[in-house]
Amino acid sequence: MNIVVCVKQTTDTAATLSVVDGEASYGDAALVLNPWDEYAVEQALLTKEAEGGKVTALCLGPDSAEDALKQALAMGCDEAVLILDAVFESADTLVVSRALAAGIEKLDPPELVFFGKSAVDSDTGVMGPQVARRLGWPSLNLVAAIPELDASAKTITVERLLEEGRQIVSGRLPAVVSVVKEINEPRYPSFMGIRKASKAEIPRWSAADVGLSGQIQPALSWPEILAPEKSEAVCELIEGGDASEIARKLVDRLVEEKVI
Amino acid sequence: MDFSLTAEHEMTQKMVRDFAQKEVAPIIREWDRKQEMAPEILPRMAELGILGICLPVRYGGQGMDFISLGLACEELEAVDSTLRVTMSVHVGLSSLTLLQWGTEAQKEEFLIPLAKGEKIGCGAFSEPGVGSDVANIQTTAKLDGSDYVLNGEKMWISLASKADYALLTARTDFEPERPTDALSCFIVDLKSKGVSTGDIKGKLGVRAGSTGWISLQDVRVPKESLVGEAGEGFKITMSGFDSGRYTVAAGATGLIRACVEASVAYANERKTFGRSIADYQLVQAKIARMAQDYEIARLLYLKVGWLKNQAVRNTLETSMAKQFATDASFAAASDAIAVHGGYGYSDEYPVERYLRNSRGAMIYEGTNEIHSLIQAGYALGTRKDRPLRREMPAYEEDLWHSN
Repeated sequence: MNIVVCVKQTTDTAATLSVVDGEASYGDAALVLNPWDEYAVEQALLTKEAEGGKVTALCLGPDSAEDALKQALAMGCDEAVLILDAVFESADTLVVSRALAAGIEKLDPPELVFFGKSAVDSDTGVMGPQVARRLGWPSLNLVAAIPELDASAKTITVERLLEEGRQIVSGRLPAVVSVVKEINEPRYPSFMGIRKASKAEIPRWSAADVGLSGQIQPALSWPEILAPEKSEAVCELIEGGDASEIARKLVDRLVEEKVI
Repeated sequence: MDFSLTAEHEMTQKMVRDFAQKEVAPIIREWDRKQEMAPEILPRMAELGILGICLPVRYGGQGMDFISLGLACEELEAVDSTLRVTMSVHVGLSSLTLLQWGTEAQKEEFLIPLAKGEKIGCGAFSEPGVGSDVANIQTTAKLDGSDYVLNGEKMWISLASKADYALLTARTDFEPERPTDALSCFIVDLKSKGVSTGDIKGKLGVRAGSTGWISLQDVRVPKESLVGEAGEGFKITMSGFDSGRYTVAAGATGLIRACVEASVAYANERKTFGRSIADYQLVQAKIARMAQDYEIARLLYLKVGWLKNQAVRNTLETSMAKQFATDASFAAASDAIAVHGGYGYSDEYPVERYLRNSRGAMIYEGTNEIHSLIQAGYALGTRKDRPLRREMPAYEEDLWHSN
């Protein structure tokens, strides 16, 4: 079974976002494989271990994103491809999903494409469904378990994690599956994987290499970014002889502050 | 001169850091209080390959280099010293000593399961009355037919009660020409008849680890257990320390880093007199000192790792790295407590554990006083490295990675 896992390089979750000269900035925060994508990589590897085949990690990003792909290789992915082109610098999700779908079509045809549920930086959560739409494949998102997968019958059954409970959904392969953290526990890279990944020459595909040409314009842009105004919190302790007196004083203060 | 780490080193660092931070940091206080080693730690370190990190693949190891070993130790001790102690004795004192001095048969029988983490190793040198004066070791090994018979007591042995094998030094020559000729090294299966072991409780630090004693009463080991030649025990023990002390140096560097991180976080969070304590210059001075010591300690151990990769003798550099980093980690932990004030004195914050853990490393693997003497000896020209019959091999990728 050919499996593709799409990954993104993001900042570490400990990073804090600030606005510097009208630009969103994470400062010099460490860049990592998007933590949600670790679950996608793990699920791709578990699926390969059960079904055979190979796992290809695919990423669109800048030069540095090669490190995220190396992390995926170190975890056990067989191959990796970086889609990198200056035209993608201000890409929105519509552009990225076009490029990823085009990249997937250039690979050996996969039966499954995995995504993490979202990226911790932009947090749109739409990349899996958008890529599925572009490929014309079923989109199975928020997947917390894959109880059935039949490569010969080309069917898949998943459990989607919803607020109200779990929804069981069956679909046909090929399919795009985006996963939530309940699905597995990502492995650490092995030392052998680290050695292999550190020596890997990762192929780079340009927009033209994946068949994209002409105007690649994002539909969305960020004309202005504002930091929320800092609010200073002041703590005031309301004291009184008993609960009803404290409550009365509290109500008076809230009225005074025009809260109620 | 290139100070950058390779992608391989960076991934190794991240992998070991993730393991220690995710799996050990949340539980360490509880086990430190219990004065016991969390039972899942050794199997987990084995499973992840950490216990065989820098051993050649053909001997069951992971084929990484000596710098990777140092980086792993730094990450482990940034969480708790007991994790790094495991590396010092299992990798440093026993596995690497076998790699350097063992016969192919010994490597087959003992090194492979150690490097795979299927068996745990320790180094058994100190005794109730013998520490720094290694040449005075009292444990005896007498040849009887095709066996050596071991008798004696070993004390302050890390992992004594957890280990399967001990690299052990004993007296074999009772009328030696020079005191250092009296000793020989053995690889001893601690399941052998006549061996008993136990843990020492009530230690100041490394409480979530195992430190204990080994008693040997008429323990028969086949003469093939002799590591190196009879009479080479002193040299072998000392070369084992060149490996072990490197892990201590790298680990203590991680402890300094942990002190910096804890102090910076607390200094930014805590307010006195209406201001963050990070604004006060006396707090800043403490943090600056820790940060500087971290950088120095790191440069020292990474240089040793580089020397080891080239198979350049590094007894002096390793001694300097060990002494500097352990002294500095004790000072950093003490200052970190000062930054934390009263909270630093309770185990609500980790810095009191850092202080207790840091003190031991100034005693074991050569007291820091002994290290001063070693370094003075080199500086004064009274001590010189002599070639060893078996040197630690250089890290060559072909040699380390071939099956």
